[in-house]
Amino acid sequence: MDYWFSEVQTPNVKFSIKVDHHLYSGKSEFQRIDVFDSPEFGRFLALDGYMMLTEKDEFIYHEMIVHPAMAVHPKVKDVLVIGAGDGGVIRELAQYPEIEHIDMVEIDPLVVEVCKKYLPKTACRFDEPRLTIHYEDGLKFVRTVHEQYDLIIVDSTDPFGPGEGLFTREFYGNCFKALRPDGIMINQHESPFYPQDAQACQRAHKRIVESFPISKVYQAHIPTYPSGHWLFGFASKQYHPLRDLDEARWNLRGIHSKYYTTTLHKGAFYIPAYVEELLKEVE
Amino acid sequence: MAQNPQTKAPIYEALQRFQSMRVVPFDVPGHKRGRGNPELAQLLGSQCVSMDVNSMKPLDNLCHPISVIREAEELAAQAFGAAHAFLMVGGTTSAVQSMVLSTVKRGDKIILPRNVHRSVMGALVLCGAIPVYVNPACDDRLGIPLGMGVADVEAAIQKHPDAKAILVNNPTYYGICSDLRSIVKLAHAHGMLCLADEAHGTHFYFSSQLPVSAMEAGADMAAVSMHKSGGSLTQSSLLLIGNSVSPGHVRQIINLTQTTSGSYLLLSSLDIARRNLALRGKEEFERVIQLAQYAREEINQIGGYYAFGRELINGDSIYDFDLTKLSVNTLEIGLAGIEVYDLLRDEYDIQIEFGDLGNILAYLSIGDRPREVERLVGALSEVRRRFGSSGTNLMKQEYIDPQVAVSPQEAFYAPKKSLPIGETDGMICSEFVMCYPPGIPILAPGERITHEILNYIQYAKEKGCSMTGPEDADILYLNVLDT
Repeated sequence: MDYWFSEVQTPNVKFSIKVDHHLYSGKSEFQRIDVFDSPEFGRFLALDGYMMLTEKDEFIYHEMIVHPAMAVHPKVKDVLVIGAGDGGVIRELAQYPEIEHIDMVEIDPLVVEVCKKYLPKTACRFDEPRLTIHYEDGLKFVRTVHEQYDLIIVDSTDPFGPGEGLFTREFYGNCFKALRPDGIMINQHESPFYPQDAQACQRAHKRIVESFPISKVYQAHIPTYPSGHWLFGFASKQYHPLRDLDEARWNLRGIHSKYYTTTLHKGAFYIPAYVEELLKEVE
Repeated sequence: MAQNPQTKAPIYEALQRFQSMRVVPFDVPGHKRGRGNPELAQLLGSQCVSMDVNSMKPLDNLCHPISVIREAEELAAQAFGAAHAFLMVGGTTSAVQSMVLSTVKRGDKIILPRNVHRSVMGALVLCGAIPVYVNPACDDRLGIPLGMGVADVEAAIQKHPDAKAILVNNPTYYGICSDLRSIVKLAHAHGMLCLADEAHGTHFYFSSQLPVSAMEAGADMAAVSMHKSGGSLTQSSLLLIGNSVSPGHVRQIINLTQTTSGSYLLLSSLDIARRNLALRGKEEFERVIQLAQYAREEINQIGGYYAFGRELINGDSIYDFDLTKLSVNTLEIGLAGIEVYDLLRDEYDIQIEFGDLGNILAYLSIGDRPREVERLVGALSEVRRRFGSSGTNLMKQEYIDPQVAVSPQEAFYAPKKSLPIGETDGMICSEFVMCYPPGIPILAPGERITHEILNYIQYAKEKGCSMTGPEDADILYLNVLDT
């Protein structure tokens, strides 16, 4: 018997992973949630049929969405995380002792519940005493917050479902308002490769550029995401992602990472010519 | 137990039966189930174009309904508590005009609030009736026209006891209702009919938390825009009548101007929307009310904005308020409603229903979800942060009392000349000038042009309101009576 999970990455491209077991399937108010075991990628989570993370390659995404900003901002005390129901971002943030408080805003409590039960590799620090989880719409949460955070991490799903509101001008503008005068916003920035993703990527960039004085994009290679080439946004009120990178300070922390290094940090901001062009079009 | 008749949708069911018969079409429409216009079929979908068919025996005929359309009209009448219902495919404009044309003829008087929709004015041009305007009260803070005060209606009746009918907006575009029950009683006591423009009131029939509907209030006719809050396709509408009006007469009037090729896409959408409202309308509109209430509270917390609600009710010119309407006054953030309207669309990809000088209206309906409301509220908060200012010395909308010099019909067909707008002070206008939205006439054919009106037109143009009506689209010239 062959049992495969297939994700339709474009109308003409399918990405398939051989599956051992279908561990969980459920439907929340917002989306369908599935957890599978696979021989190649270990356990993985899918929302509405789209691959969210696998045990094998999630480290790339989670290290890259957290460490670059932490290596730039000299003193992050208050962090807001939007989405991140799988716990991976919290796991990485928990390694920084100077962080005093983390607010995590996830719209779907069922995702957190399912991840706690089936994905202990990422959902391992939800008991962190510095963490407060809010189950509500991220856009609503940031609306009422003024200059309260040093770092906002937007770990959203794709902009074609419940995550759509997190790719809007109003959301980025509200994040700007919610950040302190030297704050940084990092966002999951989609892929530049397939046309539909590239369009979402370009739109997101346009809206961030309109909202923040410094808006850069960096990349990572994540095998299970469409095209494998993924981008993150680094939007900032004051700090430049390369000029304000303090390599020695970060390296002295001794954080063990499998993907991120401060050398890679510098390289990650050098993006392919076609991606530069895609982004320049809207700057 | 007998089946609830409202679970039936006769036109929809007839279309399904018809489709399964695979009839070969040698009749119109000429696209023949889309084959003759493949790009259109691609755009709209083959299912949709295959349903675009002509009147025929199994599908009945809108001009003289005897089978499935008649049944659908009977079910609609039952659902809305009317003696009879007519399915309309020319928009609520056509329903309103049929209502007026059924009631008044050349030289007859009809009492109406100035903030009637342009369709009413069009009907007066067609039939030659004479408008008697009741000045709708105006809220100074919001700058919006309100409902008609009962005493004002009574005064108009005393002054024009020969009037044949009174027309009432139930509600206005902004969701404001007059005391319809009292106006109906007054009308009937003086031998007049009471007509309701319910273009924005379809949902009143399906919730106890909303203002009284025209049929429940005892009105004689009502034009109900099913495609607005009712969920049917754009351009489909209902005309409802009570027991005092002859359905045969109304059908004759409708057939004067309505197409003989009624669209089955529109008709089936009315049928299905009626079924949905009858079966699920109550819960659906309760959800919409909650969503609108939530949005109001959140928007009022942003500061500066005033999303108004039932607190406006004053027992007369604001007798009741439609809780599903999300109207927001923007003057306190230093921006005109039309500016906020443009910012929402241009900067935030949010299209709202309208913006006037002082207000915006976001239309909430059975298709809305909390996440979209969050986007709207979030964007309004950002508009204030990025573009707002504290000082506001915006000119407010003002009610300018019209001076009716000759009947709209006479003015419309009279010899006329075109003059630069600056030279028209004191002349009689022969065309409409509307500020759209919300489409309230500033001038109607037969009315005297005053200095005050000219100033207002200039200001509204500068503020970016779309001015429509005159032959000269830029409104640099106006047509006036050549006397």
